[in-house]
Amino acid sequence: MKLRIAGEDALMVYFGDVMNAQTSARIQAATSAIEHAMGEDLIDLVPSYASVLILYNPLRTNHVSVARRVRSALATASAPIAAEHRTIVLPVYYATEAGIDLEPLAARAGLSINTVIELHTRAEYRVYAIGFAPGFAYLGEVDERIAAPRLHTPRAVVPGGSVAIADRQTAVYPSASPGGWNLIGRCPVTMFDPNIQPCMPVSVGDTVRFEAISREHFLTLGGNLA
Amino acid sequence: MTMRVVQSGVLSLLQDSGRQGQHRIGLSNGGPMDREAFHYCNRLLENAPASTVIEISVGGLQLKTLVDTYICLTGATMPLSINGHEKALWAVQRVCAGDIIDVGFAKSGCRSYFGVADGFTIKASFGSTATVVRENIGGLQGHSLHVGDELPCPTVTARKQYYLADRDQPRYQNTLTVRVIPGYQQRHFNRVEQRRFFGSTYRISERCDRMGYRLEGPVIACDIQGVLSEGICFGSIQLPPDGQPIVLLNDRQTIGGYPKIGAALSLDVARMTQLVPGNSVHFAPITHHTARKAVEWAQLFTLRKALQEHR
Repeated sequence: MKLRIAGEDALMVYFGDVMNAQTSARIQAATSAIEHAMGEDLIDLVPSYASVLILYNPLRTNHVSVARRVRSALATASAPIAAEHRTIVLPVYYATEAGIDLEPLAARAGLSINTVIELHTRAEYRVYAIGFAPGFAYLGEVDERIAAPRLHTPRAVVPGGSVAIADRQTAVYPSASPGGWNLIGRCPVTMFDPNIQPCMPVSVGDTVRFEAISREHFLTLGGNLA
Repeated sequence: MTMRVVQSGVLSLLQDSGRQGQHRIGLSNGGPMDREAFHYCNRLLENAPASTVIEISVGGLQLKTLVDTYICLTGATMPLSINGHEKALWAVQRVCAGDIIDVGFAKSGCRSYFGVADGFTIKASFGSTATVVRENIGGLQGHSLHVGDELPCPTVTARKQYYLADRDQPRYQNTLTVRVIPGYQQRHFNRVEQRRFFGSTYRISERCDRMGYRLEGPVIACDIQGVLSEGICFGSIQLPPDGQPIVLLNDRQTIGGYPKIGAALSLDVARMTQLVPGNSVHFAPITHHTARKAVEWAQLFTLRKALQEHR
């Protein structure tokens, strides 16, 4: 574990420098331990693949005190607590009309479209982080045969619900936004709704599987191809 | 009881002090870009410190008040008039139902804060009324002010007419020194690159918004393309592969993977957001300790500046 000053009221805690389930589980345990240890002095926490960014209230505390409390909290919480394990299945309509990069991605990988779909639906993904945009969940890792680099020039608008791949990560765009990931399909499930609790169907540490559905089923579930 | 938007201006947004504690679902902070001017707007009106005001970028807002109340405009020098009569900035003004309030275009600075007595009455979402257009959250259904919007605010018939003395008002310049706490990813920028970064002048590019200010100037090379995506704090200075710095602001994405050379001091970031494309900045390294002291002194000075009262 490494602690670094990130800004005038921010500390970064590193747990490694690679993406894996073990580090992610440690981060999950650390996140609640830090939250508990900091109480009212904490403003926000941003857990990610291998780090947790701590934003503290500088009127109430300072980085020396935060670092001390974080170290002692993590010493006692070093063994990852067996978090409750949820599996969420997300339906996806895989087709060129739903994901414009499906064909080029398959061609570059030297695979048929059906094989790409099979590889994407066969794996179980872990939710490593939530960020970038409200409800955007970073999922890993996709089979390396269908891993694909980000576009050279990001698109100005990616349709909401788009299922996409970047390197060995995959995600569902919760709403229309700019983006540079490869689009392979569309998911009809609302990934972020500010008016309901909880506002997201997934949280960090959950397992996600994708399930291929037909065009008709996608439309029945409220999917939008616009 | 409302004020009606007659002309919406270039970009006018309802903002309170910002949304906190929601990064874990991917929500950014929003809130006022220039905290100092926001603070004075509410303080002069004797409002609660986080009350909802309108952040006006560049200018051009026109309102018709349908209530009797008091208003105050702070920040950039945007000419204020009530029914065509020019009024002072940084001062509480009385308005009556039917009055037309005009906020012209900025002469210096680019953001101002328009407040009403007791603040606008807006429903909070995720604990804040701050509008983040990119997320479609806060304000009125998550969007910037449109012609015809009705902004609820209470009738207030008595309020002290405080103003901030001319000598105490900030002066917005075209150039600025931004103090930076060098970051933990410094080692990825060699000495030559660091010296270039701190020794050069950068121009504010056309691509500057509430997410971040992109700068143009000497290219800073980094020995890595990116890092494993991680949380980004306010004021972080990212260097994407094109080597042109981006200072990340209120509406920034919560997670990102570009290397960072450091984090700018919040006090200077607030002043930077008053700069417009073509203006310039220069970066100066400071220690974390010096940064904390600077923030504490600034808070003391701000609190000790006395408000004057028209009687």
